[in-house]
Amino acid sequence: MLSLLFRRILLGLVTVCIVSLIIFAGVEILPGDACTQYLGEYQADDELLTQCRKDLDLNRPAFDRFAEWAGGAVTGNLGLAVDGKTKISTIVGDRLQNSLLLAFCAMSVGVPLALLLGVITGLWRDRLPDLIASTLAIFAMTIPEFVSATLLILVFSIWLGWLPGIVLTSASAPAAEFFPEILLPMIVLSLVMCAHIMRMVRSSVIEVMASDYVQMATLKGVPYWPTVFRHALPSALLPAINVVALTIAWLLGGVVVIEVVFNYPGLGRLMIDSISDRDLPVVQSIALIVASVYVCVNLAADLLTMLANPKLRTMYMRK
Amino acid sequence: MTTQPFISINGLSVGYTSRAGKIIRVLRNVSLEISRGESVGLVGESGSGKSTLALAAMGYFKRGLRPLCGDVHFDSVDILALDRDELQAIRGGQLALIPQNSGQSLTPTMRIGQQLTEALRLHSNLESGQFSDRVVELLTQVRLPDPAKLVSRYPHELSGGQQQRVAIAMALAGEPDALLLDEPTTGLDVTTQAHILELLRDLARDRNMAMLYVSHDLGAISRVCDRVVVMYAGEVVLTGSARQVLLAPRHPYAHGLLNSIPRLDQTRMPIALDGRPPMPGEAITGCAFADRCALADNKCLTEAPEMVGLSTGELVRCFKSDMIDRMPVSSRQPSRLNRSDDKTDDTALGLRDVAISYAKDNWLQTFLSPADGGPPATVDNIRISINKGETLGLVGESGSGKSTILKAIAGLISPKRGHIMLHDQTPLTPRVEDRPAVNLRQIQMIFQNPDDSLNPRHTVAQILAQPLQLYFGLSGDALHQASVSMLERVRLGAHYLDRLPSQLSGGEKQRIAIARAFAAEPEIVLCDEVTSALDVSVQAAVLDLLDELKTQQGTTYIFVSHDLAVVKAISDRVAVLYQGRLCEIGPAEAVYTAPFHPYTDVLLGAVLEPDPDVAPKLIADDVVELSPPARGCPFQRRCSRKLGAICDSEMPPARQLRAGHVINCHIPADEL
Ligand SMILES: Nc1ncnc2c1ncn2[C@@H]1O[C@H](COP(=O)(O)OP(=O)(O)OP(=O)(O)O)[C@@H](O)[C@H]1O
Ligand code: SF4
Ligand code: SF4
Ligand SMILES: [Mg+2]
Repeated sequence: MLSLLFRRILLGLVTVCIVSLIIFAGVEILPGDACTQYLGEYQADDELLTQCRKDLDLNRPAFDRFAEWAGGAVTGNLGLAVDGKTKISTIVGDRLQNSLLLAFCAMSVGVPLALLLGVITGLWRDRLPDLIASTLAIFAMTIPEFVSATLLILVFSIWLGWLPGIVLTSASAPAAEFFPEILLPMIVLSLVMCAHIMRMVRSSVIEVMASDYVQMATLKGVPYWPTVFRHALPSALLPAINVVALTIAWLLGGVVVIEVVFNYPGLGRLMIDSISDRDLPVVQSIALIVASVYVCVNLAADLLTMLANPKLRTMYMRK
Repeated sequence: MTTQPFISINGLSVGYTSRAGKIIRVLRNVSLEISRGESVGLVGESGSGKSTLALAAMGYFKRGLRPLCGDVHFDSVDILALDRDELQAIRGGQLALIPQNSGQSLTPTMRIGQQLTEALRLHSNLESGQFSDRVVELLTQVRLPDPAKLVSRYPHELSGGQQQRVAIAMALAGEPDALLLDEPTTGLDVTTQAHILELLRDLARDRNMAMLYVSHDLGAISRVCDRVVVMYAGEVVLTGSARQVLLAPRHPYAHGLLNSIPRLDQTRMPIALDGRPPMPGEAITGCAFADRCALADNKCLTEAPEMVGLSTGELVRCFKSDMIDRMPVSSRQPSRLNRSDDKTDDTALGLRDVAISYAKDNWLQTFLSPADGGPPATVDNIRISINKGETLGLVGESGSGKSTILKAIAGLISPKRGHIMLHDQTPLTPRVEDRPAVNLRQIQMIFQNPDDSLNPRHTVAQILAQPLQLYFGLSGDALHQASVSMLERVRLGAHYLDRLPSQLSGGEKQRIAIARAFAAEPEIVLCDEVTSALDVSVQAAVLDLLDELKTQQGTTYIFVSHDLAVVKAISDRVAVLYQGRLCEIGPAEAVYTAPFHPYTDVLLGAVLEPDPDVAPKLIADDVVELSPPARGCPFQRRCSRKLGAICDSEMPPARQLRAGHVINCHIPADEL
């Protein structure tokens, strides 16, 4: 068990290392560097460029710089942004916090709702509750996020005037100040997420309810609800762990569209902005953070699945 | 005892509504009565509606199915009129089910103890403090070892036989008056099956239970049942006492079914029942069996026979039940008559002291205790040579290493020691990836479950094209012709080429798997339990086909099965394995007759013949040994004739009894 844990953590670390190497190499290969970008507007001559590169230490071998960058990243020091003044860790730190806040809010609504709806639609398969929820889920999954976001803004902030349609709070403000502005983006995200998880839970519930052991529980005289809760759901909900993990990773790195539509200062928007500004150090840092989150969340999900699934648990523990 | 039968099913039809809106009946007007203390066997081909009927007796219908007409009474209660709560109170209590596949019928996320306690809480009057004692008592009653430890186990930590026993214990928890058993021993080892059946017989007798025993294993039926009901295409076609039905069946279908079972006391091939039963919903005019029946005439095609009583007491659905004795016994003679003629002395394959181990070498262990050399190998000291054109049968209980040996020959795992020689001269490269294409072509393997070995998204044409393209570079017309001729050799027509595996029956799928193996024109074909997943009648057809292909091409087979009668029917020589060690090897007739190795004796004793007068003799316990002993005789822990310390410490010597018949045992040859 412990050795497995150890192995998985090691594997995760190796993955992050490889990813960081790739990110670094990718940025190196791009034409131009921080100096051409920074000085580009001034029609910089060679002398200035050389000076700049010297200032920014760009003349050292790539490997040295990678080692320094990676070493800094481990201690939380991500270096300076391209303007040479702001610390990347502050910019990114604020944004990461905001992204976490949005993700947490969306999850705390979306996941329980998804599980509940998934179970209900699975149990009442092909009946009215299922037909309604499944149809809505298909809509939520197929309509592009910016369309549903725009619709919600139209209804809730423009027509009804209940909720603000755009986030005006500054990126570094404390969490509490994002309310109620955060509510609309949160709702859009929960809807999309909820639809995905629900569909998965629904099919898992249907499969388990048709299994031999649920049939056997019924034939053994176990009443309906105890059959569902004791015999079916523990197995039916297991696969949800991994889907939820993927969703977390997605929420923290991949919700650019929503952040742009609502002007929400999260990681995704910072990424887009930095790319258009050619602020490569920041891009590198965000990519690294997103990759690490992805690895961590998946690791946690796998371990959790292992603990919750007797087959896997006994396989690793009873030896 | 009441005069009214305990379980009574009357004119029951069960069906579903097809997508086209038609009502399809899978049970047609079935009646069945079982009284207390009586056990009734229900036999028939797969899909004939046996399980549906057994479940209907509990008022349970699989999703989509529903009762159309008729009624079900249990202890004078109209089951179909009860509501959900009333039904749940009876199910698992007075009326309990032992399911077909306990491995999948026990909830994987609950411990054994929890599942049994749940049954007690629902159906017994015990105080909750008494549950744990009663659980241990139940587990002891079904003769499970170490019950106190077992309660904290999860189902997957038990062997198949143990899971089945847990399911029986669970059914007994509610102190039932009636038991429904849906193939409770299918897929278990012969020894385990025989022990579980004895247990069920005893329980039924002690508790005066009514039992409905569903099976397509007539041997098991003959062991536990007083009366037998034969079903065909959703109808009952014959009922009578076990002796009547099994010894002198008065219905052509039952007659054919019995003939298709391989018997230990016969050396002939079983006779296949051609054709297939009608699908539910297929229009049937006249007798449902007519297109497979040798006695059918015009009347049978137009008029549906009713159940009629015979003077001997049976009820039979056939116009010509008095003509069964004159039924032509299949026109196809068993194809294997002169087996010594097609045998040559060229060796096809030689196993030279092969040892195989699944345990990975653990460097830490080797470092700490280099002397003991790790756990004993799964398979060890296998020395067998197989002649061209010969069929070698491998028998033994589950875990005896039969499949492991096949996998090593196929190159799926590498032997730890020893060599596998092709033609007695070239050692085969251990791993299949490193073997030259010609070796790959020469050795083909057919698996137990065609569902796993055929790609569900490939058509039959694509499946057959693989070996033909790979080994012979065929394409276009030549490929098409070769595929069609392969199909014809397995007695399927060209119209099967466009089908997907899901559109084939189990037997047809296995034939495609066989056709694919033979398309490579192999010298050696490895068959791993190839008929175990099939109905007996289909099994007979597949065995017949394998035998015919062998006669045509002089192929060498290694045939693995846990069914000793099947192995006997098809093999020239038989090797008996226990815990991956060879116990006995010799010509089939010699191995199946005395003198025996003590383990062969145990195995053969446990075989159930479809004859109510033959009782199995159970010599050794059916404990499951997880690993072979480190030294001495592999069978030492279960042997009833063990000589003492010598069996524990010394490898038994190979005693040559007759030409080619070898028994590995310390008992001297003349005392065996
Ligand atoms: N839920 C269902 N919906 C529609 N048809 C079904 C359903 N379950 C079974 N059937 C059909 O009913 C018929 C009888 O099935 P049943 O399972 O009772 O057969 P069986 O005799 O028990 O077979 P086996 O020996 O394979 O267990 C089959 O043709 C099957 O395809
Ligand atoms: S009724 Fe006719 S077709 Fe049917 S089983 Fe009897 S003889 Fe055969
Ligand atoms: S060697 Fe001994 S233990 Fe082994 S089978 Fe013979 S008598 Fe039994
Ligand atoms: Mg069945």
